[in-house]
Formats: sequence, structure tokens, C-alpha cells
Amino acid sequence: MLGKLDWSAFNHGLIVLGGQLTMVLALVVVAGVLTYTRRWKWLWKEWLTSLDPKKIGVMYIIVALLMLLRGAVDAGMMRAQQALSAGSSHGFLSSDHFQQIFSAHGTIMIFFVAMGLMFGLINLVVPLQIGARDVAFPFLNATSFWLFTAGMLLVNTSLLIGEFSAAGWLAYPPLSELAYSPGVGVDYWIWALQIAGVGSLLGGINFLVTILRMRAPGMTMMRLPMFCWSVLCTTVLIIFAFPILTATLAMLALDRTLGMHFFTAGGGGNAMLYVNLIWAWGHPEVYILVLPAFGVYSEVVATFSRKRLFGYASMVAALIAIAFLSFIVWLHHFFTMGAGADVNAFFGIMTMIIAVPTGVKIFNWLFTMYHGRIKFATPMLWFLGFVVTFSIGGLAGVMMAVPAIDFQVHNSLFLVAHFHTMIVGGVVFGYFAGLTYWFPKIFGFRLNERLGRYAYWCWFVGFLLAFIPLYILGLMGATRRLDHYDASLGWQGLFVVAAVGAAVIFMGVGFQILQLAYSIWKRDENRDTTGDPWNGRTLEWSTTSPPPVYNFAVIPEITGRDAWWTLKRKKKVEKPEYEDIYLPKNSSGGLIIAALAFVGGFAVVWHIWWLAVLGLLGIILALIIRTTSGEHEYRITAAKIAKLEGEKT
Amino acid sequence: MSEAALERQIERQEADAKSIFGFWVYLMTDCVLFATLFATFAVLRDSTFGGPGGNDIFSLPFVLVETLALLTSSFTCGLAMLAVRRRDRQQVLILLGITFLLGLFFLTMEVTEFHHLVQEGNSWRRSGFLSSFFTLVSTHGLHITVGLLWMAVLMVRTAKQGLGRTTQRQLTMLSLFWHFLDIIWIFIFTIVYLMGRAAV
Repeated sequence: MLGKLDWSAFNHGLIVLGGQLTMVLALVVVAGVLTYTRRWKWLWKEWLTSLDPKKIGVMYIIVALLMLLRGAVDAGMMRAQQALSAGSSHGFLSSDHFQQIFSAHGTIMIFFVAMGLMFGLINLVVPLQIGARDVAFPFLNATSFWLFTAGMLLVNTSLLIGEFSAAGWLAYPPLSELAYSPGVGVDYWIWALQIAGVGSLLGGINFLVTILRMRAPGMTMMRLPMFCWSVLCTTVLIIFAFPILTATLAMLALDRTLGMHFFTAGGGGNAMLYVNLIWAWGHPEVYILVLPAFGVYSEVVATFSRKRLFGYASMVAALIAIAFLSFIVWLHHFFTMGAGADVNAFFGIMTMIIAVPTGVKIFNWLFTMYHGRIKFATPMLWFLGFVVTFSIGGLAGVMMAVPAIDFQVHNSLFLVAHFHTMIVGGVVFGYFAGLTYWFPKIFGFRLNERLGRYAYWCWFVGFLLAFIPLYILGLMGATRRLDHYDASLGWQGLFVVAAVGAAVIFMGVGFQILQLAYSIWKRDENRDTTGDPWNGRTLEWSTTSPPPVYNFAVIPEITGRDAWWTLKRKKKVEKPEYEDIYLPKNSSGGLIIAALAFVGGFAVVWHIWWLAVLGLLGIILALIIRTTSGEHEYRITAAKIAKLEGEKT
Repeated sequence: MSEAALERQIERQEADAKSIFGFWVYLMTDCVLFATLFATFAVLRDSTFGGPGGNDIFSLPFVLVETLALLTSSFTCGLAMLAVRRRDRQQVLILLGITFLLGLFFLTMEVTEFHHLVQEGNSWRRSGFLSSFFTLVSTHGLHITVGLLWMAVLMVRTAKQGLGRTTQRQLTMLSLFWHFLDIIWIFIFTIVYLMGRAAV
């Protein structure tokens, strides 16, 4: 009846119990507050069933930030374990637990933090920047978000019921096969990623169509804001890469559940096939994450330097080149596979070439600053930090692109340091810059600058303290994923420095939480009444903060790049002519589909087959009901818009 | 028709065009999914692990009948779309009905083939080659199943509500889907069956 599920699934010692209690307690508190303030109905109507991309974006970001806390706690435990566990001391984590922690850390940070922040910002900003009222497929958009959340819940359920994968964030076989990982951990990993991955794929399709088909009149492709260009390239990457992930995860699942032999050690399976496939998705995935961050930097630098972005056309060309090249470098993740000198040389050279368009972008940003009137607001600080960290990480990357060097540092902490420099210093800093930059647009008030600066400096200094030692340790021969090492190696000092760095980053996170709380408390002092708090250049600053549900009362005509910059310099104000606006009605369909996907995923993990079938049938039924039900839009009349707009002025 | 209503109609037509474009993009992602499975099949086709290879288990005449059934169904699906354009509800239903039956016939044959293979002890557990064969072919079969389900829903819809704007749009998407699956099958027929028989 309940498959493999029994009481032993709930019992895992004190540390996990702490995590379990924290999660359950947090849920109880949230539910209590909602009940006490009678907000359930409000939550359901205003948020959970909303198809407004602005609200979906905020929900993405909330989920991602919560997951950032969980991922950071995992990181802290790893740093503490490695700082303590030398020689006769074995730290406070068992080997198996340590493995689950680094697997969960990687999975959560990539899929549920970075992807969540990315889709959050895309939802918030893209429709506003292209002068649209909505995305191409609002219902699909909500479904994407809820599938992402269902995947996130599945990962966290593994902490409560059962265990998580101990096979690393990419679950290489044969370790991840049933013979070597007989528990449910890898299954949790597979189905969480599968569900969230389908959500990402649908999101990619949605925003590709949005950008290609819903731009305001006059906004040609070469007038598109750079953030939208970066999103366009990212969606193309998603469209090409995520189906590979879906297929690969499905094959691993078939190996584990139906006894197939795709990647098994015996039976004619081929483990290296998995490694090739997962990186054919995984390498583009890195660029999927970083391209929108590049887009954010482009907006931030131009705004806070009071200048047009330098080299617009070369920026676009660089984005396209990076997108293309990202598909022909995947083998550099496993030069040691033994593919032969010619293959390794090809992928090594392609990897080095990808540094060229990236360098073009860095220099374009620097030239944008050159002779600009730079304002060192927090988003700009994140950008400047990024230039430093990204250059360090990029140089390390070019080093590792040389196969001969890669053979020396493969799977060492040097590599760990490299990709954290890229992902924290590139992606996370970028999204923090974006959040600070667009926060007033979404909520109508600015974040506190002083606390933002403290947070930034803690993050930046802590980041260098935490990861520069790892470069050195890697060169000293420390491999990744160690839960214990010999004291005579002399590594402990550097591991302690890294742990101190992690602590400083935690202070940064603390300042961010403080910044958010303080800014909400003092929101009346930082109100943005103009809609354009930074003297911005792109269209999202032309509407009020927060924007009305229909974004723009009148869709603007675009006459050039930096649409708002030109628009606000025009003296004459015409009397606007309003028209009826049609917007999507709320729908709980996406939420229901994702809830059923969650139930189905959970059922497959535990081999509760009847429940899995029920989940699948439920999804089919929900889809049929949605596609056969009637009108999905409601109308706001021109008169009502005139009234709403009149109230504002 | 008032100006506002006219504009609303244009807006709706644009929305339909957008949906169909989006569906094309979705089909391309499906194409990448199949490409992954094809690549896997290409890698594993010789990993028979002492079991049978394609030469030993495929029956070309059988697969040819399957192929012809699916190709014909694509033809009748095309005719159904022409009938949609003529707004001939009766013909749409008849032609979609034939398409549905041909699709069902195809699916039955595929299941029969699988059943035979499993009975002979050549299931997906036997070898890497058979795992990749079963997965590739049945992924296509699964898509056909979804297509049939969708077709049934749309037939009921057409019968009950006629050929409204939404139904027309969904029928267009369904026909795209169906032709797409046909093309995928041509590749399966060639790469899996024909080349599998040719390999010694």
C-alpha cells in the first residue's frame, strides 16, 4: 500500500531533527500568522492563483531566497566540518550525512536559488521592459512557477521523510545506480529536478515567445534593452538544453525503477554516456544562469554611469556567441575521460575562445563607466565586486581549459573555487544587484543603502576569504567532497580561514535580512513617488512604482534605444487615449497541476504506484478541464482606466 | 462591427498566432528530447551484452505495416484540417475518426511487438541496446497516446460546440503534433529498424 515507506524513514539523528523541526516550526508559524490575521483568502486570491507576472516574479524570489538560506546552512555545515575534521578529530558529521549535505547544497543552489532568482527577475522585468502588459502564456507561466515550487518541496520533503541523494549534485552513475545507492535519495533528486526542470522548460518557451512577439510598436530587435537580449539568449539555451536533462533524468530513473541498462556498470550500460549527456545540458545551464546576470549588469552600469551602454551591437554579438559556444565545450568537465588528444584539444580551444566574448562584455561595461558620472549605489557595488571575482574565476577557468593543467586539478578544490567564483561572484552578485535595482519598481520603496553596503562588503570580503584558500588547497592536492583529512597535510589552517570567510558571508546574509526588515519598517522615508528613482533609461521606469496591474495604460511608441531616456526628454505631453484592456483571470489550475505533480513525484520515489497513477490521471484531467473551459480573460474598461490614471496624478 | 470589437478580434487572432508559434517552439524542444534518445540509441546499439541485436529481433514487414498506418493517418489528419478550413463539421469528425483508428491500430501493433519481445525473454532488462530501443520507441508511442487522447477530447468538443475559434486553434496544434510524430517515426523506422536490419 505505501510502497517502500515505513517508520524508519523519519528517524535520522539530532542534526537532521533540528532541520526537520525548524521547517515544521516555520510552516506552523506562517500558518498561524495567516489564520490569526485572517489572510488565507487574501493569500489565495491575491497571490497563489494570480497569473500576473509581477506577482509570480515576487513569489519566485521569495522561494529562492528561502532556499538560499537552506543552501547557506548546508554550506556552513560543510565549512565547519572541514575546518574541524583533521587528524584524530572527525568533526560533527558522518560521511554519509556529509555527502547528502553537499549534494543538497549544489542541487538547491543551482536549481532552486539561482534558477528561482533568474525566473523571478525575468517575470518582473521583461514584460515591463518590452512595453507589454503580460507574458505570452500567463497560465503556463503560473504552471512553471508552481512546478518549480513542487520540485523545491520535494527536495525539502527528503529532509523530513527518508533521505537525500549522496551522489553529488549531478548524480554520476554508476554510484547513483540502484546497486550502489539503494535508498530513495537519488530518486528524490531525480524527481525534484524532473518536475522543476519541466517548469523551467515551459518558462523558457514562454519568455522566448513573449520577447519575440509582444514588444511594443517600434521596439525592433536592436532597440531591445540589454537585459531582454540576455533573457532571449537564455531562453534559447533553455529550449535546447533542458530537453536533454529531461531525457537523461528519465533514463536514470528507468535504470533505477525498471532495471534498464543505460548507465549501469553491467548489462551493456555506459556510465560515460550519462556524464556526456548531463554536461551537454549542464554546461549551457551555467550560461543560462549567468547571461541574465550579465543583462542586469548592463542595465545597472548604464544607469549609474548616466551613459548609453557602450558597444550595444558588440554586446548582442557577444551574447549570441556565448550562447552558441556554450554548446560545444561540455567535454571540458571531464577531460580525464580519456577521449584522446584531438578531442581534448578541440574542447580545450573552444573553452578558451569563450573567454573572448566574455572579455568583450567586461570591457564594454568598463568603457560604459569611462567618462561617466558614476553613482556608487549598492547595485553598482555588486557590479564592481563582480568584475573582480569574475576576472579571477575567469582566469582560473582559462587555466583549466588547458587539458594538461586540468589533469592536475580535476576534481580538486581548485575547481570548486573556480565555479563558485563564477556562480557566486557572477550569478549571485548579479541577481543581488538586480534585486536592489528593481526593488523600488516592484514594491514602491527603496532598500536602505547603508545596510545594503554593509551586506555587500561582508559578502565580498567573506567570499574572497572563503574561496581564495580553496584555490591554494586545490593546488596543494585537496580533492573536493572530503569529510576528513590527515593532519600532517597541513591543510587545516586554510580550511579554518575558509570557514571564517563563510562566517563573514553569513554576516552579509544577516545584514540583508536586516536591510529588508528595516526598509519595510521605514518604507515611508524611501517611497518612490516618481516611478523613476534611479533616473533610469528603459521602459520599466516610465510607469508608476509599483506598476498597475495592466503595466501601461497606453502602450508607448518606441523611437530608439533607451526608450524611456528619450521619452522623458520630450517636452510635450499628449492627452492619452485609453482603450479597453483584457487581462487573464486568476486560475488555480497551475497550482493544482503542480500539487498533483508533487504527489506523483513523491509516490514514484517511494514506489507507491497507485498514488503515482492517480497523480498522473489528475494532471490529465486538470489539463482537459482547463483547455475546454470558456473565457479566461476579464476586461478593464477605458473609462475605468481613465479614472485609475486620473487618481494617480 | 464596432471599431473596438474589430480591434478585439484582431487581438484575438494575434493571440492565436502567438499560441501556434509557441507550440512550434515546444515541438522543437520535443525534437531535442528525441535527438537525445536517438544519440543514446546510437551509442548503445552494439551494447547487446550477449543478447540479441537488431538483426535478430526486428521484422521489417511488420514494421512496414505500422509505418504505412501512421503515414496514412497523417494524410487523413491533413484532410481533416482542410475540412476544418471549409468548416465542415461532419467531415472533420469522420476524418479525425479515421485518423484516430489508424493511430490506435499503430499503437496496438507496437504494443504487440513489445509483448512478443518480452515473451521471448528480450525485455528492456536484457541489455543496454534493448533498454535504449524500448525507451526510444515507447517514448514515441507515449506521444502517440497523448495525441490520441487529445484527439478524442477535440472530437467531443467539435461534435458538441462546433468549430469555434479555440477549437480551430487546438486542432491546428494537434495536426502539427501529429505530423511531427510522423516525422519522428520516419527517423525511427530508418535508424532503428532499417539500419538495425542492415547491420551484421
